Amino acid sequence: MALAGTPSLKAAGLRHQSGFWTKLYRGYGQETVILCAMIFLLVAVGLYNPRFLSSENLITIFSGNAYIAVAAIGMAMIIITGHIDVSVGALIGVLATISGTLAVSGYPVWVAWLLPVVIGVVINMVIGVLVAYARIPSIVVTLGMLSILRGGLISITGGAWISNLPPAFLLAQQKPLGVPAPIYIMIALSILAAFWMRYSPFGRSLYAIGGNPEAARAVGIPIERRIVSVFMIHGAFAGLATILFATQLQVIQSTVPPNLELTVITAVVIGGVSILGGTGTVIGSTLAAILFATIGSALIFTNVSAYWLRAVIGLLILVTVLADMIRRRRGA
Amino acid sequence: MSLRAFLRHETILAILTVIVLTVLAFQSDKFFTVANLLNQGRLISEVGLVAIIMTFVIATGGIDLSVGSIVGLTAILTGVFWQNFGLPLPLAAGMAILAGMVAGFVNGFIIARFGVPPLIATLATLALYRGLAEGISQARSVRGYPDWFYVLGQGDLGGIPTQLWILFAVAIICAVILGLTSWGRTVYAIGSNEIAACFSGLSVDGAKLAIYTASGFAAAVAGVIFVSRVSTTRSDMGTGLELDAITAVVLGGTSIFGGRGTIIGTVLGLILIQGLKNGLSLAGIKGDGTIVLIGVVLIMTILITNIFRRDGTR
Repeated sequence: MALAGTPSLKAAGLRHQSGFWTKLYRGYGQETVILCAMIFLLVAVGLYNPRFLSSENLITIFSGNAYIAVAAIGMAMIIITGHIDVSVGALIGVLATISGTLAVSGYPVWVAWLLPVVIGVVINMVIGVLVAYARIPSIVVTLGMLSILRGGLISITGGAWISNLPPAFLLAQQKPLGVPAPIYIMIALSILAAFWMRYSPFGRSLYAIGGNPEAARAVGIPIERRIVSVFMIHGAFAGLATILFATQLQVIQSTVPPNLELTVITAVVIGGVSILGGTGTVIGSTLAAILFATIGSALIFTNVSAYWLRAVIGLLILVTVLADMIRRRRGA
Repeated sequence: MSLRAFLRHETILAILTVIVLTVLAFQSDKFFTVANLLNQGRLISEVGLVAIIMTFVIATGGIDLSVGSIVGLTAILTGVFWQNFGLPLPLAAGMAILAGMVAGFVNGFIIARFGVPPLIATLATLALYRGLAEGISQARSVRGYPDWFYVLGQGDLGGIPTQLWILFAVAIICAVILGLTSWGRTVYAIGSNEIAACFSGLSVDGAKLAIYTASGFAAAVAGVIFVSRVSTTRSDMGTGLELDAITAVVLGGTSIFGGRGTIIGTVLGLILIQGLKNGLSLAGIKGDGTIVLIGVVLIMTILITNIFRRDGTR
């Protein structure tokens, strides 16, 4: 069913008999909604306060949440496969500390960038093996991993900050052609991942596993191996997200960013990935991550207290999800 | 005792708990004192209340991530109703608890009426309720409550911490409801096969509404106890409490997919977690190192039960 193509069976069936806009709406409904919301927000707040649309502010909006967007790519793959990872926030915290410590201790910059990715892959391989072969539900494994990583990080670092980072290490502050590096990385990774999920046999098999594991097994997909692989890929994206996160500022705070995993999951879900697995795209989650940053910035530029940010995002998720449920009931 | 009953998750967990507590008692002579144990009881009451109702939620195959945020929201509302609106404190706390119940009802309504997956619905309300707490409080805290209010969180009744009485009462009532009543069977039926439960004429939506409302209520009561225990309100109270509660429930043998789980298991899970935290810190291991061990214990316990269950007990 999920192998048929677009996010739902009916959408796939309707493709040949409808026009471009219908196709866009059916296939990328959620992505279109987010894009419209973002454009609406940019125009509305831009009219209220033109400085909102200044190029510096737009660049801040697009680069500020790049690490969340990158982490959300891997998370989208996990959720599409029908699993979840609540430990990614803690993992990013741990990897950032490792990366910063290496950079400060005088290791070459490429080591400080590469090692977090490798460690991310290894840790997530362990999670994947426990999920696929020991058959422990992924939420339980990652809940345990969350404790392990969070506790381990605080007890080793004591919450100390890492400062005096070498300038060459600060990737996220470099600006080729005047645009911050995170934006290039976020866009490149999102597009690559989107094509890979849509057209590669591996990507299609993830939709199949998420849609119906029994059927996926019946058509010969090695489910266990795929689950381990997708967790490892997710680990790599977490490592890449870490690099963007750790090199943003001059210091690294060696604690886990609170609720980061929930922000990442939220971006994926608002981006249109069904929590039940089998449908959704990685482009949606990238757009959602940018939308969060846009909302945060919009609150500042309209003089609304930033303390309301979370309430606004929560309300937004509710409205998005309810709209999605109602749309599905109507038989879209 | 047959081998089958022996291999039940709760039995394994009970043995593990006894072993851990015994070992810890030998590590430090301060651990097995009445004063220390009662104090630990005080500390688990808030998570305990939430975890006991969370057992029902998870047994129906659902999850409630918003409880930590409801704790924070209730705490803030108690302070705001009392200080800014000038209501008498009992009324303020009562209204805050009512607000927590409404928050839980909203969860249940979204889940039961619109069919939104519980993980998503409560993820959204996690952000929403915490956001409301932050927005209403604007990062200001409320202090200076009257002395009698602290009895709830810091006082004793008959030598036992007040909130521990509440926890006992809730645990016993819930154990009876889940284990012995037909409504308890409904909870398991929904968790095992929701569609079948619906076709059997069980009120699936009604049960869900009741359970999520109860979850909001438990979180709200925990929030008021929290305020009374730490003598202040802050909007970040209860952050991460949902994961602690879920850990205790899952460690207690409730299947994350629903259909299986007991209150006694959850209580054992709570005791094991708090025993480990406290015992290890008394034995000289730094506070946060114990969280690592809890993660390991969680994964190992489920792994061991999974291995045993595959040997034909299912």
